[in-house]
Amino acid sequence: MSDTFIPSLCARVADAAEKKIPLRIRGGGTKDFYGASAKGDACDMAPYAGIVTYEPKELVLTVRAGTPLSQIEQALAAERQMLPFEPPHFGAGATIGGIVATGLSGPRRPYAGAVRDFVLGTRIVNGKGEDLSFGGRVIKNVAGYDVSRLMAGALGTLGVITEISFKVLPRAPVEATLAFEMPEADAITHMNQWAGQPLPLSATAWEHGRLRVRLSGAETAVAAAKKKLGGEELDGASYWHDLREHRLPFFAPGQALWRVSVPQTTQPLSLAAATLVEWGGGLRWVCGEVDALAVRSSAERTGGHATLFRGGDKSVGVFHPLKPAVAKIHRRLKSAFDPAGILNPGRMYDF
Amino acid sequence: MNAVAKPDVRAQVLSELRAIPSLAVICDDEGLKPFETDAFISHRETPMLAALPETEAEVQAIVRACRRLGVPVVSRGAGTGISGGAIPRRDGVLLVLSKMRRILEVDPKARTAVVEPGVRNLQVSEAAAPYGLFYAPDPSSQLVCSIGGNVAENSGGVHCLKYGLTTHNVLAVRVVDADGDILETGSLALDAPGYDLLAVITGSEGNLGVITRVVTRLVALPERTETLLAAFPNVRQAAEAVGEIIGAGIIPAALEMMDRIVIEACERFMKMGFPPGAEALLLAEVDGGHEEAEASLAAVRAVLERCGATEVRVAADEGERERLWRARKGAFTALATILPDYYTIDGTIPRRCLPEVLEHVFALAAEYGLTVGNVFHAGDGNIHPCIFYDSSKPGDLEKSEEFGGRILERCVEVGGTITGEHGVGLEKLKQMCVQFRAPELAAFHAVKGAFDPDGILNPGKAVPTLKRCAEWGGMHVHHGQVPRPDIPRF
Repeated sequence: MSDTFIPSLCARVADAAEKKIPLRIRGGGTKDFYGASAKGDACDMAPYAGIVTYEPKELVLTVRAGTPLSQIEQALAAERQMLPFEPPHFGAGATIGGIVATGLSGPRRPYAGAVRDFVLGTRIVNGKGEDLSFGGRVIKNVAGYDVSRLMAGALGTLGVITEISFKVLPRAPVEATLAFEMPEADAITHMNQWAGQPLPLSATAWEHGRLRVRLSGAETAVAAAKKKLGGEELDGASYWHDLREHRLPFFAPGQALWRVSVPQTTQPLSLAAATLVEWGGGLRWVCGEVDALAVRSSAERTGGHATLFRGGDKSVGVFHPLKPAVAKIHRRLKSAFDPAGILNPGRMYDF
Repeated sequence: MNAVAKPDVRAQVLSELRAIPSLAVICDDEGLKPFETDAFISHRETPMLAALPETEAEVQAIVRACRRLGVPVVSRGAGTGISGGAIPRRDGVLLVLSKMRRILEVDPKARTAVVEPGVRNLQVSEAAAPYGLFYAPDPSSQLVCSIGGNVAENSGGVHCLKYGLTTHNVLAVRVVDADGDILETGSLALDAPGYDLLAVITGSEGNLGVITRVVTRLVALPERTETLLAAFPNVRQAAEAVGEIIGAGIIPAALEMMDRIVIEACERFMKMGFPPGAEALLLAEVDGGHEEAEASLAAVRAVLERCGATEVRVAADEGERERLWRARKGAFTALATILPDYYTIDGTIPRRCLPEVLEHVFALAAEYGLTVGNVFHAGDGNIHPCIFYDSSKPGDLEKSEEFGGRILERCVEVGGTITGEHGVGLEKLKQMCVQFRAPELAAFHAVKGAFDPDGILNPGKAVPTLKRCAEWGGMHVHHGQVPRPDIPRF
């Protein structure tokens, strides 16, 4: 399987390119909801699974795209390490390829970094059916343009990701969660103040008048930070898990969910819908029927952007419209990597 | 290296650039002399002319004029790059960005700084210090190197094991592309819609656009910093200690190694009093809040002792910390006492290969009859062998370059890369043909084409043409096969 998978994938993509048949790249299907509609013949990556190499002392992990995220998490946990960007599963069977393609990171993102920050190398099959490798398996590498990181969040529109190398990190020995009652604006102020101090923060979230803060680090460091910050200590592990997986009651099923990414110090957005603030103020989840234009313009005023993450009317465009010069580069990159336009066409924008 | 522009083209460019109000243009040989090379001093070229814009609008006007006339544009910051990325072209305009040097904003609440490309690296940290913040990437040239150049090269430094490279520490970059359009990549938020163009711009060596503005992240200054120096009886044990520290779950802020040649040079030059017979020194730094730094210090110290360190010194105060760092930072000065010239190599390898690769480096040194010293970022596996030569001796430079090339090829063979932080520039074009295959190089050229369809931005740097790789010939194949066929090549 593993010896023949990539050559046959290359042949299939080359054939699809020749016949102009769109391909819908898919791993575990847990993120089918994300992005504009997926069309084309299914290109199933789940069979191309397995850890290629994992060397804990190198802090480097290389995996095949179809590898279940849960399997990777287990292998890392056995060595007391982790994917620092804390990716969401959104269902059983999530694959690592899907994580990189969607570029989604979880609660630890503002304090550790995003998916793209930990991608060291990718192997892809481009839209011409060529098997290409970029980046590497070492922590520092500036040879060639950073095409590996470009793949993170490109939703498979530039290439079928087949293998990925990550930098991984040790897990902190101790975690604790503190809670504080305060209004949204105060919570945003505190998140930013604390982030400017040498505190072992690893997640922050505010909803319904309550700010929660996660601390991760050496036992003495977490104890000192608890003393400094005060608040009420909670057993928070399940909260952060449910936040990452959108299983909190806030994420009401059936409602439109907007993901509004803004500068962390942005004041509360005045939108007529429930808001959950995370990422130290940098991410505002807005749940409910709100006017797309209102959300987009309020995000844009701050220098941010808004994504219709789940549900709602996708005809307004899932992703924030691009400025013309940036859109021009997008189209040219798409046509460079996928000249026939067959890889996940329309999943991101109208190309 | 490249053709001399036709006199009429030069006159046309000059008249177009002179039409840009208040733009400083240098066109006399004497004025151009300082711009002939960057810090890859073994190569030099006189540019057709140099332009020193002060605004983004001037950059746009220059790029548009050059595009119209089909004239190459090479961007230059402080000229501290050591791979030749800012070496000018005889048929091109050198765009010197050192006059765009304003710090536009430091926002302590948002922990960001908005700066023009000519701002020096250290200036950003100095401007942030009153707020208890700093800009983390610290290349050794940080006193003089500019942020624009740092972004173009994706610079590292001694603290990137914990704090990341430039790519992890910038939020947004504005560039002027080859059409003269302004591209806003990244954003003030933690991400931006669409493709991650910021990632591609960072480290693109002036090939995709001219950087005109950078928004950097600022991070909290540590409350406490602890520095340790450990001596080892051999390189292997020191290298193993590096893996053990990381295996123990500690990410030091810095983890640097020096070999015997460097130790001896430092001893002669600075009288550090290292234990006799030390073959390798490890310099480790841990930082953070008081408790975090204290816990890490104890853990690192225990690992170093367990791994066979013959002596472990912990700096008792700031003065002693500085003395320990002096050995690392002064190493290059100390090395210059060995021979007048040296050539620094910049490969990255998996850390477990450190002993094997360093042994290979010493074997090659013997083969070439050249001296080599190693002082490098061991925590990142980023090796910097310094090859000593005498430029007054005919053939010595060429020999050292060939030696360097072979070290880099070895780095690729063990699954590493030909450049960890110095960039490809002009220096490592040949080795790019070793690290990448033709379809990958073609993909790089396609990425360039998306930003710069006519190829006017820093042409001939960073990515070799397929034709040149073919001319250099078969470098990819060693003894009839691709090196380490068992390793997927990335």
